[in-house]
Amino acid sequence: MAKKEVDDRFKKFGTVSFTAISKTNDFIDYLEEGRVMGTRCKDCGARFFPPRSDCSTCLQSNMEWFEVSGAGRLMSFSELKYGPVGFEDDLPYTIALVDYGDFKVFGRIAKEIPYEDLKVGMELKSVSNTLPNSQLNYVFKRP
Amino acid sequence: MGRVGIIGVGQSKFVRGYPGSIRELAFEGFKEAIEDAKIATKDIDASIIASAPEYDKQRSPAGVIAEYLGLIPQPTFYIESVCSSSSSALKVAYSMVKAGLHDVVAIVGFQKMSEISSSESQERMGRGADIQWESPFGTMMPAYYAMYAQAHMAKYGTTLEDLARIRVKAATYGQINEKAVYRKEVTMEMFTDPESNMSAPVAKPLRVGDCCANADGSSCVIVACEEKAKAMCEKPVWILGIGAASEAVNMAGRALLTGLAVSIEAGKQAYTMAGLGPKDIDVAEVHDCFTIAEMMAYENLGFAKPGEGKDLIASKETYKEGSIPVNIDGGLLSKGHPIGATGGSQIRTIVIQLRGDAGEMQVKDPEIGLVHNIGGVGLYGNVTILGR
Repeated sequence: MAKKEVDDRFKKFGTVSFTAISKTNDFIDYLEEGRVMGTRCKDCGARFFPPRSDCSTCLQSNMEWFEVSGAGRLMSFSELKYGPVGFEDDLPYTIALVDYGDFKVFGRIAKEIPYEDLKVGMELKSVSNTLPNSQLNYVFKRP
Repeated sequence: MGRVGIIGVGQSKFVRGYPGSIRELAFEGFKEAIEDAKIATKDIDASIIASAPEYDKQRSPAGVIAEYLGLIPQPTFYIESVCSSSSSALKVAYSMVKAGLHDVVAIVGFQKMSEISSSESQERMGRGADIQWESPFGTMMPAYYAMYAQAHMAKYGTTLEDLARIRVKAATYGQINEKAVYRKEVTMEMFTDPESNMSAPVAKPLRVGDCCANADGSSCVIVACEEKAKAMCEKPVWILGIGAASEAVNMAGRALLTGLAVSIEAGKQAYTMAGLGPKDIDVAEVHDCFTIAEMMAYENLGFAKPGEGKDLIASKETYKEGSIPVNIDGGLLSKGHPIGATGGSQIRTIVIQLRGDAGEMQVKDPEIGLVHNIGGVGLYGNVTILGR
């Protein structure tokens, strides 16, 4: 009997992924292409990041992808001196939240920006990134 | 429909590395509450067990613990909202009693965090956040709260010194609470001394001294309908208001980063239900898992205006002798934070304060008390107002 194909692309997301299967698996393919994408509800127009497959406003599941382009503003950030199990090799690293107006993006600051240079309110863009362990994520860089 | 009263409270000592199993740990808080209420186990109609299950190997601990405590064949329920599990359980118990389904309900909160390593524990705590979209970046609880601290500092000019003052206050009372896990003094100087562990960064800007102590512990709160509370208890403490709220799990779904939306919402519900406001509160327990969390609670609960929490602690208004004493048992920072037991322990502190039995920790003649208990990074919020 042929084994059923499992679409577990999401296991490639981040240093350690805790989710293998999601209806938003295409997000990973877009990251591989170098694009950070959110979803937009075709029925009510609401934009979502992180991407959603289902719209909680109109309860429809007609989503299309849009690219997170341009710059947002840094809302806050923290540099970790200790990490969870599996993240030790990444230390130290800085997590951050960037506000794009009608949606926000949570992620990591690119290693090239020193912690001391970060200021709440500064402009940053979201860029896809390949990690040393070949996993994929995205990081915030200067526009 | 009558009121719901608290007739008994108990908690184990909060310790590192409890030398027993989860059922034995739960027994300690339960026994103290039964003896405090001066009732028999058979007087309890139903139990609610509260914890965050990922720390234990036991699946579905409610039945196991209910049996060990002698609470079978009565119904038992399991409630989980991470760090606010036992406050959520109190709301469910309140509803069951109000509905007339049960007259006397015991809420047993517990957590044995020491069975796993500190980094495993942090990883599990981090998974109380969004595991699909955030955890793959390597998130941890201190870092999330550090983001709130960073935003609060940027907007209001709050300093690391302001946050250290909250830790110093917690340690003042942790030293006189025999149930506390951390009973040592903490001074302002420790936060600027590179030799002191307190000054070591964990998740910038937060330092070791800004973080609460993990602990093993249990708590128990016994509630009863008005008629039984009056018959069974000399000094019942009444539940006057009880609010609960939820928030987006992902930081990207949040509008506010300088306070917790769940604190504001749950507080509003509790104040409205009780017909009271922040000025009526004589003593409070707030969820100080990190120093910044207590600072935000001052502001979100209306003890201070947004951005003015730092003035409240600088003027020592939240000390025992101040206008709004907060965490006069050492708080999560010094008493310790055994997730599922924490809310019940906070409720116990306020009940004992309102009875006037808090000894060296006693605030002068309080009539109304407030308990603020948060689950996750403001994922769940519970505010309970109690009166004698």
